[in-house]
Amino acid sequence: MNATEITTQITTAANILNIDKWDYGASFSNDYSVQVDRGTAKQLKASQKQVITLRVWNKENLVGITTTSDLSKTGIKKALKQANIAAEFGNKNEFTDFSPLAKDPIQVKEVDKKNPLGIKKLLKILREAESKLIESHEAIKSIPYNGLSESFYERIYANSDGAFRNYSKSQAAIYLYARAEEKDKKPRSSGSVKLGYGVEDIDIESCIKEAAKKTIAHLNYSSIKTGKYLVCLSPEAFLTLMNAFSSIFNARSIIDGVSLSDKNSIGDLISIPALNIYDDGLNEKNISSAPFDGEGTPTKKLSLINKGKLENFLHSESTAKIFNTIPTGHAGLGSKVSVSPDWLVIEKSNECSDLNMALEHKNYQGNFVYIEELNAIHAGVRASQGSFSLPFEGWLYNNGKKRSIESATVAGDIKYLLKNIINIENEEELTTSGISPHVWINELSITGDE
Amino acid sequence: MVSASIKSTEIRFGECNKKLLEEVIFYGISLGADFVELFIENSDNSSVLAEEDFITTVSPSFGKGAGIRIFKDKRDGFVSTNDLSKHGLMRSISQAIEMLDISKKNNNSNFNGLDKLKNYSKSKINWLNEVPTITEVSEKLLLSTKSLKKDKKVVVRKGSYARNWQEVIIASSDGTYATDIRLHQTVGLNIIANDAQYRSNGSRRFGSHGIPNEFRLWDHEKAANEVYETSMNMLYADYVQAGQMPVVLANKFGGVIFHEACGHLLETTQIERGTTPFSDKLNEKIAHESVTAIDEGLSEGSFGSLSIDDEGMEPEKSILIKDGILKKFLSDRAGELRTGHKRTGSGRRQNYSFAAASRMRNTYIAKGEFTKEELINSISDGLYCKSMGGGSVGATGQFNFAVEEGYLIKNGKLTKPVKGATLIGDAKEVMPKISMCGNDLELAPGFCGSVSGSVNVTVGQPHIKVDSITVGGR
Repeated sequence: MNATEITTQITTAANILNIDKWDYGASFSNDYSVQVDRGTAKQLKASQKQVITLRVWNKENLVGITTTSDLSKTGIKKALKQANIAAEFGNKNEFTDFSPLAKDPIQVKEVDKKNPLGIKKLLKILREAESKLIESHEAIKSIPYNGLSESFYERIYANSDGAFRNYSKSQAAIYLYARAEEKDKKPRSSGSVKLGYGVEDIDIESCIKEAAKKTIAHLNYSSIKTGKYLVCLSPEAFLTLMNAFSSIFNARSIIDGVSLSDKNSIGDLISIPALNIYDDGLNEKNISSAPFDGEGTPTKKLSLINKGKLENFLHSESTAKIFNTIPTGHAGLGSKVSVSPDWLVIEKSNECSDLNMALEHKNYQGNFVYIEELNAIHAGVRASQGSFSLPFEGWLYNNGKKRSIESATVAGDIKYLLKNIINIENEEELTTSGISPHVWINELSITGDE
Repeated sequence: MVSASIKSTEIRFGECNKKLLEEVIFYGISLGADFVELFIENSDNSSVLAEEDFITTVSPSFGKGAGIRIFKDKRDGFVSTNDLSKHGLMRSISQAIEMLDISKKNNNSNFNGLDKLKNYSKSKINWLNEVPTITEVSEKLLLSTKSLKKDKKVVVRKGSYARNWQEVIIASSDGTYATDIRLHQTVGLNIIANDAQYRSNGSRRFGSHGIPNEFRLWDHEKAANEVYETSMNMLYADYVQAGQMPVVLANKFGGVIFHEACGHLLETTQIERGTTPFSDKLNEKIAHESVTAIDEGLSEGSFGSLSIDDEGMEPEKSILIKDGILKKFLSDRAGELRTGHKRTGSGRRQNYSFAAASRMRNTYIAKGEFTKEELINSISDGLYCKSMGGGSVGATGQFNFAVEEGYLIKNGKLTKPVKGATLIGDAKEVMPKISMCGNDLELAPGFCGSVSGSVNVTVGQPHIKVDSITVGGR
């Protein structure tokens, strides 16, 4: 079934059921993925998925929702009926409506259409990648976590007011996480992830090299003494933290009382003035970009922190109404609509005279901890309290020499961290979750085995 | 490309589908598969969220789908689809056959038809009608959030309910033919307390399987009191000082550490990956002799219990560790094929879009002989972890868990509350350090995310003492 047919079918069923106001988001996808184990195909997977989320408004203007994978006439009718029943329990305190921007023009990135390579070719490519990675160092015994996938999907948003938009995309991903073992030492593991619009776009060689380099580099490890350290966060690590604490910018979280910000926080200085943060879902380097959100609002670039000051919040239709502003294109689709960032871009502002430019992770000769990757985010971040305590992979630098840290956690407070940035390096790096330079923090608590 | 040109009929739940299923399985075998498995699902779910004194979300969902798995030698191909017509299922079979590059029809298997239906759903067909209505759920959730309104410091109150109803048909070329109905209900309470610069959280989750009336019987007042107490106790707590120290882990959800840090390493999936340090340790000592650990799917009403696993096998009680000695791994069909460990009724998946894998069910450390007080009294300087948050385990077995509610132990007594603690270690080092087990075993429900998606489990243990562990803090 295509987008027009679904919309027609919903319109017909809604008329029969006397439902005047509705909208829906739908997704159709074909996904293919492979995993290998020392040259053997481990799991080969294909799926065809279709899912639709329907919202209806009843006569009291309360919203109800239903999600289903049954797109038959009966299924759609049942979904409308269920959503209508759910509307009786709709939130009387916060009215949701169509986005006022659901008919505004959208920017759809022009990307060459990719065709599926198919399982056999995916398997061949992944086998070769696995083999190269294992051969890259004698200590690398296996690649326990690996996968190559390609996905082809279409997303649709439409409503009873005539809004209709859709886009089709393809995306491919490879991940290689190697496990290295040496006699009388603990096993070490590290890896790399790369994305592309299609498999042919992915730089598989660099994924192999990066996974090998990271894994091997951690073979000679030692424990670290518990204490406070000067810390350099890799672009990936800093983006991980900012995404974990994105409730600071999230209007939904503010209304729900789970954010460190409040309605009046716009204009507050929450970091050093040298920091700018944008949400930029349409950035040309963002492979996962979507031209509109769950409510059909166009995606756009939004400044979140400008010279250290909180400049904008992320909004859905209903939060924007409460804050007397317009939606920003960050909504999901639900009876209570969620809000989340798309793709963060972090940069040094032009008010950077107080930074200690001598702190460059490639050249600095002093003692510091380099945090390459933060783990266990779901367990170690208390977003509503602002605190974190996270295991990490990283190095202890001492007079220009680096040694992998055996196992350790870093703990701190996001407000403290943002106010204690002492350098933002010049070079920005592209990661799978955004763009950021290396960021230095004056002092963070590290717990090690000593 | 193999194609099927057979007139479509469709799988219908509640009716006999044997002939159609046999045709589809036979089709796969005739094309050269060693083994064909069909997992067909019909689901009906709903969730309700109460915030402060209002219902803010009611979200029903329903759907149907099939997961088709084919084995050839030790390889497998898996296809999922929403198309339950015969044509759709056969197209998926063809796709899986093509994936595995099966071109020669020299399979080692015969298909002699499906066995007589094992109908595990007979006594369960009314479950969906017996669960509380949305009105009932809403009213009780609002009572629970009202019960949390005890203090001006309480700034956020939430109650959430989710009901997952699943009807499954499982058929495979070894003759397995079974149907079952599963019903999981879960309810959670969350609170945030705030006073000036101080902030704390409290949360609890409760859950059951196969008891439609369970939510009606839930003691929301008791739950609200527990959550409130946690948040108030932790509101003005200092950060814990990092270091190595002995800890006492509370019962119930304290068992999440064993589940994450050790339980996953006893799944055959981990042997296949080469990521468990225990793969060659069967019948060897891997834990302190005070530790006996069990995984089973049999405890009545427990969140991880099941009548059959997602490969159609009845669950068993698996003694994983007996007095410190490793006795068994949890195995599914692929695990048995690839590692030789016999299936344990542990093949589980979130839904039809995942292939089953060896997963835990109700997993716990057996009770010992000590009282909680004896454990605490045995420590001069340490930490009591009364309530655990989430955690994770890395590819090398290293784990990290947040302590939601913790207290310092000084000279055998509990003293001040501390926050920000995380427990860090790896199973191989920690298991021999569990030196004392209490006599107060209790289970707690949870969700476990892994290779075959998120599945319902229970974790559990009595109070236990770990002689030394790294505590992360400030």
